[in-house]
Amino acid sequence: MRSVYIAGYGQTPVGEQWQRSLRHLAHDAIMPAMQDAGIERADALYVGNMLSGELVGQEHLGALVADFVGLRGIEAIKVEAACGSGAAALRMGYIAVAGGIHDVVIVAGVEKMTDTVSKDTTAALAMAADQEYEAAEGVSFVALNAMLMRRYMHVYDVPHSAFGYFAVNAHQNAVGNPNAMFRRAISLDTYLKAPMICEPINLMDSSPICDGAAAVVLMSEHLVRSMNGGRRPVRIAGSAAGTDSLAIHDRRDPLWLEAAWISSQKAYQQAGITPADVDLFELHDAFTIMAALSLEASGFAERGQGVRLAQEGEITIEGRVPVATMGGLKARGHPVGATGVYQIVEAAQQVQGLAGPNQVHDVDIALVQNIGGSGATIVSHILIGE
Amino acid sequence: MTVARSWRTRRQRYSLVGERCEYCHNAIFPPRDVCPHCAEPAQKEFALSGKGTIFSFTTVFDPPAGFERYAPYPVALVQLDEGPMVTAQLTDVVPEEISIGMPVEMVTRRLNEQGDEGLILYSYKFRPTLEPQAAIV
Repeated sequence: MRSVYIAGYGQTPVGEQWQRSLRHLAHDAIMPAMQDAGIERADALYVGNMLSGELVGQEHLGALVADFVGLRGIEAIKVEAACGSGAAALRMGYIAVAGGIHDVVIVAGVEKMTDTVSKDTTAALAMAADQEYEAAEGVSFVALNAMLMRRYMHVYDVPHSAFGYFAVNAHQNAVGNPNAMFRRAISLDTYLKAPMICEPINLMDSSPICDGAAAVVLMSEHLVRSMNGGRRPVRIAGSAAGTDSLAIHDRRDPLWLEAAWISSQKAYQQAGITPADVDLFELHDAFTIMAALSLEASGFAERGQGVRLAQEGEITIEGRVPVATMGGLKARGHPVGATGVYQIVEAAQQVQGLAGPNQVHDVDIALVQNIGGSGATIVSHILIGE
Repeated sequence: MTVARSWRTRRQRYSLVGERCEYCHNAIFPPRDVCPHCAEPAQKEFALSGKGTIFSFTTVFDPPAGFERYAPYPVALVQLDEGPMVTAQLTDVVPEEISIGMPVEMVTRRLNEQGDEGLILYSYKFRPTLEPQAAIV
């Protein structure tokens, strides 16, 4: 297997991008990524996207985007794994380069969620869940997460307020990210007074509906050595995906993210590290409850203790396990199929020391984890700076 | 939900028909033909009693398309007595009275309707278990 490097990246601001279409957003991320990597051509393009068919009426994004960015002719495929689509596409790119099939691959994540009205977007997001036995009963995606959160609070005797530190941290970090959707800090009081969406999930527990695109260029070792213009090479040292049942009611234990455990353990093993070696963790805080469950299933906290890490300040940029260092899904925004690629771009910036005011001190190793649905697909990547 | 899909799943939604694994004997709902516990074939039909307890719950205020006129409505994960868990709406209860661990039982209720000329869909919902009443003499 060959070593795979991130040779360049690009991203659009996250937000309500009514002036740009799905294909334009993809363009706005891919062109800077290609320029950053110093390439005019690639062997393949993998596009992570969840909802283009449902919300834009457009499928077949591989060929569409390839043509639109001037790459007509190359291999190009859309990869879908709900909100985990971005990381799933990255993993396909990784496999292609590591396996010696391609030398230069572009991975883009793109999502357009704000052209439609809220109830249609809500119904579309519920497709990440089991359509016949969860969504069909009128249970929205946020409702599924609300039930997980309430159960967690019940079993571990955790007050709702304890989750607020995840939201406070995410907003604080978004201030320093020019591409974040919500660049303003919030206090714990703001969190506590936020309007309830689906009890116990309030507005500040929840990531926003938004548009965005991010892209990375992957290269095999022999190419990146000769092209990287003085910046620190970032190697993908671990890449793994795990699955669980789509429906929460089919899980062996609804409060345990089995797919996070599977994929993070495989990635640690591949990279030859343990959780103690990880300098920062870009986790999938679509809801604050998912941040807590991810910390636990990825080896950073005992069960029921994920929230305590946040309460004790361990998840901030100065903490032991910094998370959501550029705002996370909560405050950078969560354009679902693009999120996994945003996370990789941000982690690469951290490893290269280019995260500006949000720079975590002495980053060598970053864990990046993207979740599809309420935990059915979880993809973990480990980036190491060389 | 399309006509064919509704018809295919009618026995699950009207009478909680699942399966029982002949190898590890676990009850399975909804039916899936391969046992999720032991990965052996599981195609023996088994109707669940519809009795269970609330594992967790919430109330949907911002419903997906098709459920607007019913909001707000309570939903729950219900742990059935035979083992499987099911995601469903709660009925005949005010949200303030719902709690984790509360005993519930399945009833058949209208789920939604697809316009004036479309399907009227029915499904399982769960209500607080009714206490047996003494016969009036």
